[in-house]
Formats: sequence, structure tokens, C-alpha cells
Amino acid sequence: MAAADDAQFPPPKVLTYPASTPPTLITQGAEGRLYKTTHLTRDRPCALKYRPPKPYRHPILDARLTKARLSSEAKVLERCWREGVPVPAVYAMDPAAGWMMMEWIEGIPVRVGINQWLGERPEEGAEIPEGADETPLVDLMKRIGAAIGALHKTGVVHGDLTTSNMMLRPVQGGQANGGAGNEGKTRAVEGDVVLIDFGLATQSMSDEDRAVDLYVLERAFASTHPRAERLFATLLESYKSTFKKASSVLIKLEDVRMRGRKRSMLG
Amino acid sequence: MGLDITKKKRRIALGCEGSANKLGIGVILHEGDAAAPTSTVLSNVRHTFVSPPGTGFLPKDTAHHHRAFFVRVAKQALADAGIRIADIDCICYTRGPGMGAPLASVAVAARTLALLWGKELVGVNHCVGHIEMGRAITGADHPVVLYVSGGNTQVIAYAEQRYRIFGETLDIAVGNCLDRFARALAISNDPAPGYNIEQLAKKGGRVLLDLPYAVKGMDCSFSGILTRVEELAAQMKANGGKGPDGEPFTGADLCFSLQETVYAMLVEITERAMAHVGSNQVLIVGGVGCNERLQEMMALMAADRGGSVFATDERFCIDNGIMIAHAGLLAYETGFRTPIEDSTCTQRFRTDEVLVKWRK
Repeated sequence: MAAADDAQFPPPKVLTYPASTPPTLITQGAEGRLYKTTHLTRDRPCALKYRPPKPYRHPILDARLTKARLSSEAKVLERCWREGVPVPAVYAMDPAAGWMMMEWIEGIPVRVGINQWLGERPEEGAEIPEGADETPLVDLMKRIGAAIGALHKTGVVHGDLTTSNMMLRPVQGGQANGGAGNEGKTRAVEGDVVLIDFGLATQSMSDEDRAVDLYVLERAFASTHPRAERLFATLLESYKSTFKKASSVLIKLEDVRMRGRKRSMLG
Repeated sequence: MGLDITKKKRRIALGCEGSANKLGIGVILHEGDAAAPTSTVLSNVRHTFVSPPGTGFLPKDTAHHHRAFFVRVAKQALADAGIRIADIDCICYTRGPGMGAPLASVAVAARTLALLWGKELVGVNHCVGHIEMGRAITGADHPVVLYVSGGNTQVIAYAEQRYRIFGETLDIAVGNCLDRFARALAISNDPAPGYNIEQLAKKGGRVLLDLPYAVKGMDCSFSGILTRVEELAAQMKANGGKGPDGEPFTGADLCFSLQETVYAMLVEITERAMAHVGSNQVLIVGGVGCNERLQEMMALMAADRGGSVFATDERFCIDNGIMIAHAGLLAYETGFRTPIEDSTCTQRFRTDEVLVKWRK
């Protein structure tokens, strides 16, 4: 299995050195690949993000984008880490070679957690039924809103907020989530929200950029979890209570939504 | 009309499209089970309004063109199909989105046919027409769809009876960016500005000019790129702008750089959506979808992900009547009708507003 993966996706050179822990390919995302390996010592797990050259892109454009995106990602992560926003710490990087090593975040993506939770619900009806106890999910929406509020407060916009780009890290001392067992239902949406994949993040304080950040998430959320779409308002409320300048961002969000709709005007 | 349409073995629809500068009328035949019909294109006739180089097509002139050519195109479509009027089950027309005046003139014509021949009407979403035609022609069953044209840029995937929009342009459509750039260089609009840019780009490529690259999540933006290429075009005309290697660049280099940049953006947002929904099929539809460089880049991306790309040629990519007939007939088979008093058209009509009753 591992050998087949290696043949299909040759790992970056840094992972081929004899001293490195044999890497495991975790995901083949749109942007690049994520490997699990170790940093410095064998008991310190790390995520290695590798942006391989994109064969479809002009080599000059590709090199420009890879280098710029990796450097900006590292800068942004460093800034968030310093300010206490929940993000993975950066360990090491080589922008020209296209890789960066980061702290390994345990847990499952928020997308998986929400879907596991929704999966326990009755199938019929597009909405969560009335009277069902949705507190755990509402609570998760609040934690997501708070994390994004903290992020925007530091002057960073993520650029690709989706529920796939957030992890649910099990709370210290608690059991790992996503495990087998029926009690996984509530546990599926428990844990600390950690924002990941800052590949398109930029440093910006403008309402416009922040509003677009929220808009991207809103749309991704509606298309990924149509049945929980209604709860997005909870996320925005929590965002508002975490972040002082949120009100003007939310007003701007209205504009961005209108403009998004206006797109359908032309044939 | 008391006959149950789903029980009928052969079902025929005539589709009328005119949301932009193409007037298209086509006749489609569905056979067999209404849940999974076999489609046959009986005719597909198109007439395009071409404006002089340096100009775009205006709603008023375009609507006039559609009114002037409708009867001719309709007669040709019927003759090509070799059917009698009695064989037609319904008249389908584009409800939107698109330019108001051209849409209205074709809607009036479609209503006229319906009343004249005593047929039922079906209003069709233009974007859904593109998607369904692409699926029917290529056989792609559950693809991520990149819909790129002069007026639309959307990345779409099907979920729970809707075509959901995962990403789209935040300002102008990619085709609009290309069309307006063509005006700056006075590139011919015949047969289409995008086609001529593509041919010119083949002569460029000595340098890649640095253009903005604007991807925001699964969305993108083209207005900044347009401003920049227009500036570069003006520089080139005034005093011969210099490329990154200090040598003057040509119009062909501009076309090349523009194509490489905007198509890379489109492929990137498509790849992002594929990763997000876990699909490895891509279907490209819409006028810009005939661009061979875009198809080639998409194929490279899809191959990298172990998937495949589906695209159609200009007969089905570029706006046409057959796609309206096909999508309309699919809806008709599920019992959908547009009563004549509701047979309006609209400039705003999002892809995800349509209930896709014919898919599970």
C-alpha cells in the first residue's frame, strides 16, 4: 500500500533522507499533499505540507505561486501562534523546495464531526427536527465563530474557510474522538477547534476581506451541510461577541452576499 | 394532452435559446424509460450575432437579431429534424439568466409557437441546460462541473436534487474578461473573441507577463486581471511595453499570459471543489469550455488526481437550443409545466434555484 502510494506520489526529497521517519501520506488535497512524519526526535509527530509542482500550470507561474504561498502561510501561522489563535505551530520550512513542517494536530476535521453528528439524525426532512437536542452542534458553531473572531482580530484572513480546514482536537485528558462506539454521536462534535491550511491566508484588516472570508465559509457550509445551514447564524453571533469590529464586517457581508447573487444576472 | 407523458415511448421537445448573442433552436428525442431516457439530437441550429471588432454586443441590437432570425432558424430546425409539428410534445425556452431584451424576444417567440401549435411550455434555467447537455453527451454521471462562459463562471456539484454552486466569480465572468480584453486589442469577434485569443496565444509565449492571480477559496475574481491586461495593452500600443526580460512584448504574448493565468485559476478552483466533494470527474461546459488550452490543463490536473475530464465541442459548449430542449424535456417528464401566464423570463436565475427532480 505504502509502496504503491510512493510510486504514484513521489515524496519530497526531505523525506527521503535516512534520518527521517518513514512518512505516511495523509491526504492528497487540492493544494498539495500532507504527510505525517516526525520533527527532530522520533516522538515528536509533525505534519509535512508539500506543494508539488502543478503540471497544468506554466512553470514560471507555478514557481511564483508555490514560493509566495508557502512563505505567506508560514508568516501568517507564526503571527497567529504568537497571538494565541488556535493554529498548528511551524517547525521548519524550505519555500523553494515547496515544503513546510508543522505541529501535528490530533483529531478529526470539523466536516467529519458535523456529518457524523447529523448522520445520527432521522433521514427525512431537510432540517434538524424540532425539539431535538442540538446543543452539542450549536456549541460547536459557537466555538468555530470564536476561533474565526480570534483569527480576524490578529489581522489575518484565512482565504479558504471550510469545515474541512478546521480540526476538532480532543480536549486534554478526554478520549480521542472519531473512535468506534455509539457514544461517538455527541463526542463527534466535541473538542477544541483548530484552524488549519493557511495556504490562501493573507494579512488584512479590511472589512471587505474579512467579509469575503465569512462568505466563503457560509457558502461552503451551506453546500457541505445543507441540513445544518440554519445554524450558521449562531456562528456569526459568536463571531460578533468575540471580535470587537465584527459589526462592520457583518454589514459588509450583506454587500458581498448581494454581489454574489448579482452574479446570476448575466447569461 | 390528457396522455401520460411518462408512458409515451418517444417524446420530442423543441428548445429555444437566446440569453446572449446566440440564437439557437434544437429538437431532441427521448426514448424509453422517462427516469433514464436515451437522448437523440434531431437538430441543432444556431445563428450568432457578431459585433464589429472593438465592440461588444448590446442588448437592443442582440434582441433585434434574435427577432429577425427566429423564424428562419426555427424552420431550419424543424426541417433538419424531419418531424411534423404534431410530433412535438413541448416547447422549451430559456427563462434566464441572461440579458433581458434578448431573453424577452425569444420568450415571446416561444410563447407564440406554443399558442400557435397548442403545445405546453417549459421554462428552463440556462445553466442547468448546459450541465444536463454536457452530462448527456459525455456520459459523465456525477462530475464536478466547471461552467464557464461570457456571463457565468461557476464550479458546481450535484447534491440532494440541486446543482449546488461551490465556487464562482466574485465580479465578472471569465468570458467577459476575455471578450473585453479582445476589444482592447481590437481582436475580431468572429466566430468568437475567445477563439481568436486562443489562436493568437499560440504565437506568443516567449514571456509570461506577471498578472494578478486572484483565487479566494473556491471563488475567483477577474476584474483586476482585466484592468492589468488593458493597461499592458495600452502601454504596448503607446510605447511598446517591456516584458520581464526587458524585450518588448506582443499582443500574442498578452493573449498567452492572460490564458495561462485565468485558466490556471479555473483549474485550481475546480481541483479544490473536487477535493472537497471527493469526486474525480470534471465536466467543462459553457462557451469558454471549448478552449483547448483550458481542456488540456484540466486534463493534466484530472490525470494527476487519477480522474478524467469530460468536455464537449462547440456544438454543445456554446449556447444552443438543444440543451434547452433536453433539460426542458427532462423536467417535462417529471410533470413540470410553465403555464403561459407564468412564462416570464428573468435576468437573475441562480443554478441552485432549480429543483432537479429528474435526478436522485
